[in-house]
Amino acid sequence: MATKRDNTLKLKFDSARKLSPAPESRSSATIRPRYDLFINGKFEPSSGKKYFDTINPATGEKLSEAAEANAADVDKAVKAARNAYEKCWKKMPAKERGKYVFRIARMVQERAREFAIVETMDGGKPIRESRDFDIPTAANHFFYYAGWADKLEYAFPNRTAKSLGVAGQIIPWNFPLLMASWKIAPALATGNTVVLKPAETTPLTAMLLAEVIQEADLPPGVVNIITGGGSTGAALVNHPDINKIAFTGSTEVGKIIQRAIAGTSKKITLELGGKAPNIIFDDAPIDQAVEGVVNGIFFNQGHVCCAGSRLYVQESVMNDVVRKLRDRIETLIVGDPMDKNTDIGAINSKQQLDKINKYIKIGLGEGYDMYQSSCVLPDRGFFLRPTIFTNVAQSSRIAQEEIFGPVLTIQSFRTDEEAIEKANNNPYGLSAGVWTDKGSKIFNMTAKLRAGVVWANTFNKFDPASPFGGYKESGYGREGGLHGLQPYVTF
Amino acid sequence: MMENIIAKKSPAAARVNGNSKIAEKPEKGKRLEVLKTYKIYIGGKFPRTESGRYYVAANSAGEKLANMCLSSRKDFREAVVAARTAFGDWGSRHALNRGQILYRMAEMLEGRKMQFIEELLKQDASRKLAENEANLSIDRLIYYAGWCDKFQQIFSSVNPVACSHFNFSAPEPTGVVSVIAPQNNSLIGLVSVIAPVIAGGNTCIALASYSKPLCAITFAEVLNSSDVPGGTVNILTGNPDELLPYFSNHMDVNAVVYCEKDPAGRKVIHENAALNLKRTVFYEDTNWNSKEVQSPYRIMDTQEIKTTWHPIENIGGAKAGY
Amino acid sequence: MPETIIIPDFSLSPRIDQVGIEERADRITKRSIKKESKVSLLKLGLSMIDLTTLEGKDSEGKVKQLCYKAKHLLDSYPSLPTVAAVCVYPSMVKTAKQSLGSSGVKVASVATAFPSGQTSLDIKLEDVRFAVEQGADEVDMVLSRGKFLAGDYNYVFDEIAAVKEVCGEARLKVILETGELVTFDKVRRASDIAMYAGADFIKTSTGKVSPAANLPVTLVMLLAIRDFYYKTGRMVGMKPAGGISKAKLALHYLMMLNEILGGDWMNNHWFRFGASSLANDLLMQLMKEKTGIYQGKDYFPID
Repeated sequence: MATKRDNTLKLKFDSARKLSPAPESRSSATIRPRYDLFINGKFEPSSGKKYFDTINPATGEKLSEAAEANAADVDKAVKAARNAYEKCWKKMPAKERGKYVFRIARMVQERAREFAIVETMDGGKPIRESRDFDIPTAANHFFYYAGWADKLEYAFPNRTAKSLGVAGQIIPWNFPLLMASWKIAPALATGNTVVLKPAETTPLTAMLLAEVIQEADLPPGVVNIITGGGSTGAALVNHPDINKIAFTGSTEVGKIIQRAIAGTSKKITLELGGKAPNIIFDDAPIDQAVEGVVNGIFFNQGHVCCAGSRLYVQESVMNDVVRKLRDRIETLIVGDPMDKNTDIGAINSKQQLDKINKYIKIGLGEGYDMYQSSCVLPDRGFFLRPTIFTNVAQSSRIAQEEIFGPVLTIQSFRTDEEAIEKANNNPYGLSAGVWTDKGSKIFNMTAKLRAGVVWANTFNKFDPASPFGGYKESGYGREGGLHGLQPYVTF
Repeated sequence: MMENIIAKKSPAAARVNGNSKIAEKPEKGKRLEVLKTYKIYIGGKFPRTESGRYYVAANSAGEKLANMCLSSRKDFREAVVAARTAFGDWGSRHALNRGQILYRMAEMLEGRKMQFIEELLKQDASRKLAENEANLSIDRLIYYAGWCDKFQQIFSSVNPVACSHFNFSAPEPTGVVSVIAPQNNSLIGLVSVIAPVIAGGNTCIALASYSKPLCAITFAEVLNSSDVPGGTVNILTGNPDELLPYFSNHMDVNAVVYCEKDPAGRKVIHENAALNLKRTVFYEDTNWNSKEVQSPYRIMDTQEIKTTWHPIENIGGAKAGY
Repeated sequence: MPETIIIPDFSLSPRIDQVGIEERADRITKRSIKKESKVSLLKLGLSMIDLTTLEGKDSEGKVKQLCYKAKHLLDSYPSLPTVAAVCVYPSMVKTAKQSLGSSGVKVASVATAFPSGQTSLDIKLEDVRFAVEQGADEVDMVLSRGKFLAGDYNYVFDEIAAVKEVCGEARLKVILETGELVTFDKVRRASDIAMYAGADFIKTSTGKVSPAANLPVTLVMLLAIRDFYYKTGRMVGMKPAGGISKAKLALHYLMMLNEILGGDWMNNHWFRFGASSLANDLLMQLMKEKTGIYQGKDYFPID
């Protein structure tokens, strides 16, 4: 009798979502109508005089436009970086180099609010996340690596680390400023110079960072930031005077880049896609696990390469977990990213929204149970309800391929062995999660999960001191921490 | 499965391995020497190549030394299956145990040193160089045997994250590694590239030197008698140009090690590795006798760094609260 | 049809991850409550207060003043609710009951050898009986923490059940005194015992032990209430008490309630604040919202 009641009870969460608007003020940031390339310490238009629009995904309206760098611009930027490397940066005492990076960290902190507003307007992520996560973590990343600059001899026992030269860096649209910091900070600390290309849909905070770098008086050419699309990236990858490629983005493009540089002496690190398993055992702290699942898949609209997109739940707690998950999803506020209460903002682009919807269609077509929040979506911009699919087959495309959106698949398992086997049964290996109150089980699981980052009883945690990067098709090389220095040095 | 292949191929295999071709006629009253059949080493067994093909290994004077298996892509495929199966065991063994097994390999190698010296002599080495190479190979195994339970400590870190979590990073084996051994020598190169791979808990498929293949198979016999679980190390003989694509494009191989400077070979490997994002490890060395080629950093070349997070409950103490 | 509730093994109560709880609680504090939402929640908060005086020096005069305040929170601000209840010692119940008359404000009495609970069951039951006879609408009992920490869950369960029986029509709040239980695992277990034994409310603290209520421990208890509701169909109320004196903090509690238990609990039948100085801060914020001018303490009479 108690069980019957169990299944019919329902909590009401409408009131939790209906809060008066609490919009962040736009007046703390100025978005200029047009952004030029940052080459050799100066802002200049592309030689082709071409610009592309960047839009606010929450409204679909044009926000600004950025210069589209062509091969000649790339060449100019690489030459500036080479010149700065040979004439200045390579020779500079390491502690002075470090002080420049510290200075960048501080200036990002000072302008944090401005960065947060621009990040949210350009990319669609909730202001709460850009304010509390993206921007402070980016500043901390500069701060962390700044201190390494004059301590490299301690990082590589019995070896002498030397810088590589010019690093070509290409970053994605999901954490624009944070990814720029992940790339630039270790490169500068180890004595390399940089040509960085931000993603086409989110160029603005990188250009704001260029302003900071200019203001910080970094020697001209040490950091060059050029905006553009795929062809700009290709020109950078294929430029003969690049010593190192660092790419974060899709596995598909990562493979193209690796092929492109085959036969050259360019060093390369790739931080690519993922389809992370998140495993809940019946002895887990269930409510915290559910919160971890929510953070795992709905953080940044699920536009996270390490998102916990495959949930595995031990059969005996499946109903409990799914109900709690549904309750939690009902309380998530989806809408205007600039509202301080928004939990899930706008999907980054129309193209990405279409891609996610395609996968949802596949899931429905295969007959899985789908549950979406009952929230009302804004009538313009690119939005999607948080979505979960239950009873999904391991072989389904929605459980195999990276969706890169707020879509979770749920499967059950019975034994530890089955969980490990299913979790590892995927070409990716970026991250994984495991939830159990039993310590010895945690260590068994974390050891056997083939992934570069394993979160036990937590998920989607990041820190400048913590190395991040994948196994298998999630790429190679680590970013963050001591291990994040290695990709930028030679011996 | 393997037995079946061998059985099916046995007539051909017997033909190509006809030792009588090599043996000289015994002088009167002298004992007929028993010649060695060189086979390949897959999954702890010594089959002949499934292809039934062979090539003649000769010294620089053109004297025939042995018929060697000209391994095929199918032999490689079988070896990958064996290596993948063995990885579950070898990769999760205690580091101490791996160290002891590498040490045991050195012991076995020491015991059969004379045989290696003789093979090296046959393959154009002077006695002095042959003895030196055999000794160095033994010492190199000892060197890596000692690293098995130490490199993790050197390359691990506890990371001071700015939240209430315990966070540490440690190396783990990348998995199945294909190794194209240095082509310019018979033993020391092979040992120098296999040892760091397996010391770190990987399993491997190694392709021996094409021109100096004898020691590789004798080394396989050493492995087979030294407690290394079958499949941990698999050794093939054959043509690198033919096998290079398979060594680098197999989707169940996690890393590939290549020791030639040949840019075309490197390009092929790099392009093929992109299929499943294999780790590519290229070594520039030419002098494999040098101490420079041994280092714990070589173990790290086929390791992944795994970072693990866990919350820290913070009760009472200075931070009075819940 | 009588309810069938299966009593679980309390040693198997769910484990709680402290860091996860604190992160979730912290995230709720990031909610930004503005304008209409703020006004309605401030008013709701006022209506949920158990205006409390639990001092050795309490006198009838003091209690009468408190009861007046309970009925007339701020005469210059029309259409305000009254508080939910006044909370006093058993000896003051009669005075409070008379003072409150037909205002609708309830009288809650602490009992069972409050705050330590260190006496025999008979005396505790007598204490409760007295409070109820004097007219208490609600009884706030204390959990026997000593027995609980010694693992004597049956004793604790039976004691609560016995008190509940003596309460009759009066609603029973069980004070866990979370500051003495220390870990969230124990708070969860104590919550489960109290609810299965018949508690109408679970309450964090007596106010006599530090730490008293905070957001994380309240979250643990709200989650326990939710699980109990799903298992049994019975709603149980929640009362954080002690240390809640600011309107902003009260809003965080209400947002937490809203997100964990939802709309059905968003009223003073199912949620209370055990507080005394909170009322004035809520009033000041309401006045600020109404006038747009930041308020000063001297314009809000204390009691």
